[in-house]
Amino acid sequence: MLQVKKLCKTFGAVTAAENLNVNIDVNSTIGLIGSNGAGKTTFLNMITGYLSPDSGSIFFRDKNITGKPPRYITRQGVYRSFQIPQLFDSMTTEENLEISKSIAASEISIDGNQEAKVESKNQSVKEILEKFQLTEFQNQTASNLPEGTRKLLDIAMALIMGPNLLLLDEPTSGVAAEDKFKIMDMIMNVVETETTAIIFVEHDMEIIKKYTNRTLAFFNGKIIADGATKEVLSHPSVKANVLGLTSQDSKL
Amino acid sequence: MPDKTLTFTSIAALTLVISGGVLPQWAIFLVTVSLCYGTVVLGMILLARTGLVSFGHGLYYCLGAYSAGTSKLFWGISDLIFMLLTAIILTATISFALGFLLRKYRSIFFAMLSLAFSMILYGLLSKSSYLGSTDGFNVTTQTIFGYDFLDSGYARYIIFLITTFTAWLCCFLMHLYLKSNKGRLADAVKDNELRVEYLGASAAKIIHTNYVISAVLAGLGGALMAISIGHIDPEMSYWTTSGEFVFITIMAGTSSVLAPFFGSMLFTTVRSFAYEYSPDTWQLLLGTTMLIIIIFLPDGLWSLFTRKKKHRSV
Amino acid sequence: MNSIVAIIIDGLVYSSWLFIVAVGLTLIYGVMKILNIAHGSFYAIGAYTAASLTGSWLALGYDQSTAFLIMLFSAVLVGFTLGPIIERGILKYMYQRDEIVLVLVTYALFLMLEDIIKLIWGVNPYFLYQPYGLLGSFEIVELTYPNYNLLLIGCAITIGCFLTWFLQKTRHGKILLAVIHDREIASTQGINVDRVYFLTFTLGTVLAALGGVLTAPMISVQPGIGAETIVMAFAVVVVGGLGSLPGAALAAILIGLVRSGAVHLFPDLDLFSIYLVMATVLIFKPKGLFSAQEERQI
Repeated sequence: MLQVKKLCKTFGAVTAAENLNVNIDVNSTIGLIGSNGAGKTTFLNMITGYLSPDSGSIFFRDKNITGKPPRYITRQGVYRSFQIPQLFDSMTTEENLEISKSIAASEISIDGNQEAKVESKNQSVKEILEKFQLTEFQNQTASNLPEGTRKLLDIAMALIMGPNLLLLDEPTSGVAAEDKFKIMDMIMNVVETETTAIIFVEHDMEIIKKYTNRTLAFFNGKIIADGATKEVLSHPSVKANVLGLTSQDSKL
Repeated sequence: MPDKTLTFTSIAALTLVISGGVLPQWAIFLVTVSLCYGTVVLGMILLARTGLVSFGHGLYYCLGAYSAGTSKLFWGISDLIFMLLTAIILTATISFALGFLLRKYRSIFFAMLSLAFSMILYGLLSKSSYLGSTDGFNVTTQTIFGYDFLDSGYARYIIFLITTFTAWLCCFLMHLYLKSNKGRLADAVKDNELRVEYLGASAAKIIHTNYVISAVLAGLGGALMAISIGHIDPEMSYWTTSGEFVFITIMAGTSSVLAPFFGSMLFTTVRSFAYEYSPDTWQLLLGTTMLIIIIFLPDGLWSLFTRKKKHRSV
Repeated sequence: MNSIVAIIIDGLVYSSWLFIVAVGLTLIYGVMKILNIAHGSFYAIGAYTAASLTGSWLALGYDQSTAFLIMLFSAVLVGFTLGPIIERGILKYMYQRDEIVLVLVTYALFLMLEDIIKLIWGVNPYFLYQPYGLLGSFEIVELTYPNYNLLLIGCAITIGCFLTWFLQKTRHGKILLAVIHDREIASTQGINVDRVYFLTFTLGTVLAALGGVLTAPMISVQPGIGAETIVMAFAVVVVGGLGSLPGAALAAILIGLVRSGAVHLFPDLDLFSIYLVMATVLIFKPKGLFSAQEERQI
């Protein structure tokens, strides 16, 4: 479904992506691991159009989306959440979801590309509120929500139109340790994995082990291991370069 | 369920139309001017809700006024409706073109680039002797729908009626627009443009659309002003004129389509008294009011009406 | 030939003037992120103070050459009075607000000061013609220029060099540069940002007043000069890239020469030319000639 070929990106002297080649199929859940600055978020940012790669190509369902703006890529059914929640702060939880739905459903700016419209397996606002246990917050202004709830709403906004490819940037960061599995369960519950692929950046190896069937390990802008999660986590180079750091990072 | 704002707008407009029959000339004039200003500011609140402040909306105000004013000169027609139409077409065209550039800018850059464009027009008009340079020229409106009304004795009242009707219509449509899915995106762009893009909409297009709408409203306000005052000059495009619109926008607040009219009414009334009794302290009063509002009422005077309601519901 | 020389000389004089009136504005924006509309009022107050103080001083019969000392004193007096009052009294409480709100605050201050000027000095014009004639004139290819123009160019260069030296070489200057570069890092490194703001605003105000003081001998000092000048200063700092000192210098030269060319060749395009430069530059360099890179948001 997603083909990434020879993707490269540098910021000045820093190499954020070096010859990345990845193929992703429907019905897979993929974890991205690596220390801070290893290139995970840059990878997500290039797929979703926030950054243009220096070279290489990205195809989504056989359509070239390399260097296209975020709105175009979103319209193909690629939705994402953010490390720092990106909400409409002056609106209530319910309004945030309503407006997400109305934008996704509207005709505004498909850049003349009608066929790009998402085939929606979309959920109603009410359903999403219930599934994410946000009902009690529905009339609260987003700026007043507790951090964990903001994170959840951010993810819910990406999910409401039923994405074909869902990218989550650290879905459990800033969430209390005892809630992390609950949140992941909610997400997995809402996403129909048969038709969707999920990619998420995560520092927590327990989450990676429990929810992913494939893992990509990043180091200095390169993918140093790609395969079944269990194998990647026991890969010597990953142990040395990724896990050595992450076990220090997460003092959980 | 009837919409409260729409009902109130219509009642207010009707009241104005009826009271226009008994009000003294100076009051009718004051209300007319307020409605013209209000129409311009109505556009400014749409921009403000999109997160933008323009220090150059005088550009469209002035363009509207000049296109109405030069209608006789260029087309040989001095019909009120035709004058309004030229204003709409001209401001829509120019704002559509400039919008491609301006929609890339935010915050102070948007404010400053708009200011630059309005000053370009000011510079051009104040040097063009053909259009009266800095003195401007007088505007005569002879007919309406081809009916010669100028010497009928009701000219002022008819202009007042047209202004009221236009203001009411703009208010009505703007309210519907702001409630619509498209209109609500203004708030979304202001809150978080990045998220808007990541939901699949183009923030630039939303800004562009709202910019054109606000420009046309400013043009209409300017044209109506030219028609009711009967005189125009390049000062309408000077940055301090745009500053007055910014002032009323901030003072009134952006939460309701009625706020700009309420704000303009207050502004023009106080101004006419200040000019009369203490011309050298008018701006002092404006500045002080503005500071107080920014510090104590960041949502504008209109929030005084809505604030109570919110407290009750929480 | 004559007209080319005239365009260049007039252009340079005008550039110098633009730089002097805009430099304080760009400094304050660079450090404090405030686009200060009240800068125009400080300029006007500087001009009024110089005109009235120097006028009364010379009326007392002192030697005409002392006029320049009084003018300098006027700039310092205005800067050190207004700057602290406005920064400590009002702006200090606004720093956490949005950039555009700060513009509105300074716009409110501008409106207030416009009338305060009228209340103090009335609406009739003031003239300070003595210093202009005092310095004599020079001739170049049959064109005569007052030496005061040279003084203006000299002042612009001096101010530019002084600020560059101050920012690059002195401890205080380096602190300012650190704050311009990154406010948050600067404050975590123990820099007292509050104090830096206070000093910057005062310095910026002195520079604004100095602009007015130096202009006073060339114009009739009357209501409206602040509003006229501030928009040109805006054009300079926006073209140069907000907050950039070399940018402001380059922009002043560019705008100065273009306008001078317009005045000589197409007089009808005088004012128009300034904003045309501004619009053109912004179309190709949306953040001005010298602008900082934006950071990643996500």
